[in-house]
Amino acid sequence: MSLPLQLVLGPLLYFWPREQVMNFYAEASSWPLQRLYLGEVVCSRRQQLRTQDWIALAADIAATGKQAVLSTQALLESESDLKRLRKLIDNGAALVEANDAGAVHLLQQRGLPFVAGPYLNIYNSDTLRLYRRLGAQRWVPPVEMPGDTVRLIAVANPDIETEVFAWGRLPLALSSRCFTARHYQLNKDDCQFRCLEHPDGLTLATRESQDFLAINGIQTMSAGCHSLLDEIAQLPARGVQALRISPQNQHLAAVVQAFAAAIAGEQPVADLSALAPGPLVNGYWHGEAGIVLKEAAHARA
Amino acid sequence: MPLPELVCPAGSLPSLKAAVDNGADCVYFGLKNDTNARNFAGLNFDDKTASEGIRYARAKGVKTLLAINTFAQQADSARWQRAVDEAAGLGVDAVILADFGLLDYASRRYPQLRLHLSVQGSASNYEAVNLAQQLFGVQRAVLPRVLTLAQVEQVIANTNVEIEVFGFGSLCVMAEGRCLLSSYATGQSPNTHGVCSPARFVRWEEGAHGMDARLNGILIDRYAPEEPSGYPTLCKGRFEVEGSTGYALEEPTSLNVLPLLPELLRIGVAAIKVEGRQRSPAYVAQVTRVLRQALDKAAQGGQYADPLAMATLGKLSEGQQVTLGAYNRPWK
Repeated sequence: MSLPLQLVLGPLLYFWPREQVMNFYAEASSWPLQRLYLGEVVCSRRQQLRTQDWIALAADIAATGKQAVLSTQALLESESDLKRLRKLIDNGAALVEANDAGAVHLLQQRGLPFVAGPYLNIYNSDTLRLYRRLGAQRWVPPVEMPGDTVRLIAVANPDIETEVFAWGRLPLALSSRCFTARHYQLNKDDCQFRCLEHPDGLTLATRESQDFLAINGIQTMSAGCHSLLDEIAQLPARGVQALRISPQNQHLAAVVQAFAAAIAGEQPVADLSALAPGPLVNGYWHGEAGIVLKEAAHARA
Repeated sequence: MPLPELVCPAGSLPSLKAAVDNGADCVYFGLKNDTNARNFAGLNFDDKTASEGIRYARAKGVKTLLAINTFAQQADSARWQRAVDEAAGLGVDAVILADFGLLDYASRRYPQLRLHLSVQGSASNYEAVNLAQQLFGVQRAVLPRVLTLAQVEQVIANTNVEIEVFGFGSLCVMAEGRCLLSSYATGQSPNTHGVCSPARFVRWEEGAHGMDARLNGILIDRYAPEEPSGYPTLCKGRFEVEGSTGYALEEPTSLNVLPLLPELLRIGVAAIKVEGRQRSPAYVAQVTRVLRQALDKAAQGGQYADPLAMATLGKLSEGQQVTLGAYNRPWK
């Protein structure tokens, strides 16, 4: 029996060359996805695609019959950040995912509906209802929120869709400082765009070689790859309506296929870890440290 | 030009008195639970100590601010509302909140209660600050430590909300309210539990390589036999990236804006905050005294960042190192 779950593609969190981005979305638009999130969420210096290019890409994807949503930059610091934000919000067609209260302000002033992104820090029903009043149609819980808490909030708020981060290296922190530039002993304003060399981020290991975090410019991510594939059967009962797959450099078509197959009620793939950019983790969903991997009750042999 | 208020930390009644006695204009404190972002054992206030602290401060003309700046957790969100109720009952001069749902509650339930948007509320631009003003009547916002002076100035120029910035103390290298590193390693974060790299997960191990500092089993740093060791805050540990080992995210260091005081006065910040509710009364006394004198001197056009003041703050800094943080060019 198939599960009532949408499969969606989250925004690209890494910095890839323009051609790779265009090829990626050309391919992704044929995958079994209901919705694709586009736009630069992490760093204002990443301009291989400019705001206008993302808006045009959203229109191209919408023309294929899929929904395109434009995601806003999560950490807004300068007037030029706000200028690009206004341009994105005033795109005139695509729905916007707000990743900062500043974006919510502009959307609310314009009376536009929006997606409340995972960076908005919605930890309870009161906050979610407030964003609902401001125009949120859908929300993405903070990635650290346990499944039991997602259920409490989602079930109490059936008038807003709940979408969870279901696959990929977890976006954990944002900083004004660029850690990739720091690694190369460069100033941020002369970073030489070294992020282009690290399409899945730069893995940061402990001094006993445990893969721990990943550096992605001003963003710090988990080295581990968060996966809710093993939990998929229980997600609808937790009030979850959509699963967000986060773009990665390789094997993403296979990952999407694996999730689509699981949603369709087919047998899960044998070895998902081969498709992951790091060790599999799922602790957050189980109310534990995010780095932990809990075997599902029906764990595969 | 009015001088910015000096806002000092009080993790305990003795610290509160130390701040008051040494020239703070405001003291901020939290309750003894996870409703505030310094939820550490042995710290913070109950009803009785809070009342006594408020009386002490008020008698000397110092304002009191209560920080309820974690995010209300759904399973127990009434507890955060009760903390707001308690603050209103205690008669503090303002509450410092981060959670939009809780700000909504406070503004409806206690329309007379002055609201400050916590640094944990992550408002790094004036559109975000102005949303909090429009929705909740927030009167002051504490900016995350991510902006340059010019960016702080831009915020001030585009809002009626008073702007408070950090002046001294341990530096979060991440944007406040937007860092989950601690829960990734331990299950507990500033947003959910009011802690970062919590002490109950720290383990020290003497090994063949020296002293290992672990957080929930994860090796955060390793110290050679004679090397001074610090608390294993996970963003300030030493890690390996592409074969090179070092402080991949940030060194143990403190923010010190003393050299920038005249600029902060010029652009019109309403308040300068000192971090450190986890610090001792002696620390609070010294930092408060140095900053009080520096602010007064800067206001009179005097020598505000004299070598003695800088040296005193240097010694009180994490790893004996200070930085201008995001105000400084290498970050930009």
